[in-house]
Amino acid sequence: MARATLISDPTGAAASALTLEALRDVPPRSHRELTRIALIGNPNSGKSSLFNQLTGLNQKVGNFPGVTVDRKTGISQLTAQHRAEIIDLPGTYSLYPKSLDEKVITDLLYDQASDQYPDFVVVTVDASNLRRNLLLFTQLADLGLPAVLALNMMDVAEQHGVQIDIMALQQELGVPIIPMNARKGVGIAALKIVMSRQLGAPTKSFYEPGEDLLPMIRQIRYYFNLHNDYLALHYAHQFRQISFLTADDKTYIAELVEKYDFQPTPRQAQETIDRYARVNDILLNTVTVVRTEKNEPYSNKLDKVLTHKVWGYLIFFGILFLMFQAVFAWASYPMELIDEGVTWINQLVQTNFDGPLVSLLTEGVLAGLGGVLIFIPQIALLFAFIAVLEETGYMARVTFMMDRIMRKFGLNGKSIVPLISGVACAVPAIMSARTIENWKDRIITIFVTPLMSCSARIPVYTVLIALVVPPTKVLGIFNLQGIALMGLYLLGFFAAIFSAWVLKLILRTQNKSYFIMEFPVYRWPRWKNVGLTIVEKVKTFVFQAGKVIVAISVILWVLASYGPGNALEQAETRARTTAAQQQLSAEETDIRIASEKLENSYAGLFGRTLEPAIRPLGFDWKIGIALITSFAAREVFVGTISTIYSVGQDADMRTVQQKLAAEKDENGQPFFTPARAFSLLVFYVFAMQCMSTLAVVYRETKGWKWPLMQLFYMTGLAYVSSLIVYQLFK
Amino acid sequence: MSIRPAQAQPHAPRSVKDLRLGESGTICCLQDPEMALKLLEMGCIPGTEVRLNSRAPLGCPITLVVGNEDYTLSLRVSEAATILLKD
Repeated sequence: MARATLISDPTGAAASALTLEALRDVPPRSHRELTRIALIGNPNSGKSSLFNQLTGLNQKVGNFPGVTVDRKTGISQLTAQHRAEIIDLPGTYSLYPKSLDEKVITDLLYDQASDQYPDFVVVTVDASNLRRNLLLFTQLADLGLPAVLALNMMDVAEQHGVQIDIMALQQELGVPIIPMNARKGVGIAALKIVMSRQLGAPTKSFYEPGEDLLPMIRQIRYYFNLHNDYLALHYAHQFRQISFLTADDKTYIAELVEKYDFQPTPRQAQETIDRYARVNDILLNTVTVVRTEKNEPYSNKLDKVLTHKVWGYLIFFGILFLMFQAVFAWASYPMELIDEGVTWINQLVQTNFDGPLVSLLTEGVLAGLGGVLIFIPQIALLFAFIAVLEETGYMARVTFMMDRIMRKFGLNGKSIVPLISGVACAVPAIMSARTIENWKDRIITIFVTPLMSCSARIPVYTVLIALVVPPTKVLGIFNLQGIALMGLYLLGFFAAIFSAWVLKLILRTQNKSYFIMEFPVYRWPRWKNVGLTIVEKVKTFVFQAGKVIVAISVILWVLASYGPGNALEQAETRARTTAAQQQLSAEETDIRIASEKLENSYAGLFGRTLEPAIRPLGFDWKIGIALITSFAAREVFVGTISTIYSVGQDADMRTVQQKLAAEKDENGQPFFTPARAFSLLVFYVFAMQCMSTLAVVYRETKGWKWPLMQLFYMTGLAYVSSLIVYQLFK
Repeated sequence: MSIRPAQAQPHAPRSVKDLRLGESGTICCLQDPEMALKLLEMGCIPGTEVRLNSRAPLGCPITLVVGNEDYTLSLRVSEAATILLKD
């Protein structure tokens, strides 16, 4: 099971230690309900690997009650009869939250009355870095939470020559310890056995708050009916941030804190120092480091290149470029397959059935669904790239290299993660800004992240670029379309950076920004983790965004198929009369009727109302309709124009691109000139057209001020830029 | 153990910021009480040895190896300046 050296205890003191054998006598948990187990540990301690090993594909992502941070839960089959719900908590170094991300943990663990309160916790600990990892464990143990210690990364510890006397450590810590290697699945079976048992509270405590604090602590403890002193102490430290306390509760604690002159900062510092001293003592008796001569770690050697002045940045931009090429070039093959598949089904339905419902199904539902499904390859590829960069530890290097530069623009090295993730989707990206401790840095990051071109813009970019940029090869390898795509991404990026700089000048704050973070060693990505991330993101997209897109497609179909009063009948009659006068063929007549009907439908009405405002940008009422629907979500654009232009067009006009290329202006020239296409592209780069993003910014900033400012700023920027582009190039 | 520097230093104390690449020093105290909370949690306890491991291409941030374990911390130069070293 474990490759660590297990030293037997010569004194026989291990008899009282918690061993796996001893645990066999502990009765299994009652099966009345699902056991709730929280997974907690330092960042980079292999927590997500363990979560994935325990739950596999049985995961779901929801929100913590009341907050928007992702709450990942999964069901694990511990034994044949016993299933447990596993809650994956964000990584943290201590129970004193330094960022919003970590606050989720204290909100969960402080509220014993909550129905979300875990039955016990599994603490993951990096065996190669026990000292710092055990700090969090000792705090959890002092909260009195039943716990199991998953001593992870035993293989790494062994490579470093760290030998751990597990029996002795188990006795010192007072909880069962399972040595494991979660990446390889070693130790999972043993952990599951322990997890299926009824665990008692830890038998050891590691820190005494100090006699002088007891009067205050006891008052808090009895007032809130808490089960131990240490929890009461945490209330005194953090009452302002605890979300479930009422205003009265907070006032009560505030008065006590004042009365006893409680100084949180020095107390917390002293607690950390005391705990480290205690952990040092424990490690002295239980851990020996055998091999002291150290080769230069391979991570350091890699860093010499990957964070080099020149190579570092070149490699980073190379990776970004590869990412865009992948999304544009590699994804196009599966995308074509999906496109053709949907078209094929559509034609199958159209040729075999008839009636108004069929038209709703093909032009409404299927057209919308196609617009959702076609995204999957690109989203999967983007998230695969981001997951690999995170998994390997490379993202931390990017943060490290970019901090100095980002700071000039009012951002933070850590802003790079939301900005790069923003290329996939602004919603998770904005939530990932929670790791930024500084309020101003975080607000600026949140504000500018939606300017990064997200994957929802890809279809718009793809369709329009393919329309006006030839797929010529440049320098033999680069595709001109790929370069145009990268140009749009860069445009968004520079807009984000520039906006950040402006905000930096406007916003005032007292808070200091800091950048103290662990620099993880390079690791091979765990493909299972990458795979599960992709599945999770694609699922979220298809079910969350998909619902909106299909719904809007259906609404659009209705709006495009019906008009006020008998406007449509009149339009048809008019079209027939003109067609007869001009002696058009039957086919041309049909097209004339369809376009005349669309113009007079509800959708046409909306578009026409908007047309005067967008005509200077080169847009007509049809694009106007697409813009309106895009305000729900950008990805609707392609679906919308596909619906609008498919109403009454030939069946052989299969793809959206062909439909757009066939569109003619009043003079019979192709409507989508480069000036129009680029104006539209620039509009989509800048405009805030995503309800989900606005909703998440509202929740993350706790108010409408920032989302509304974003909406007006970005849309204004889009309008002005589009205007300039169209007027310059037309 | 105080997390504030001793009063009336005869000469300006050295801080982690003054370390040369590869040089080690022992932490004496942490100057900024707020930042100290985070640094302490990350293992920068007074008495711990730290080694300047690398600098970012633009000179800031830097990375430190904390303690005798292979654990690397990255922080800005301004933050490193708050970690004073023993003589």
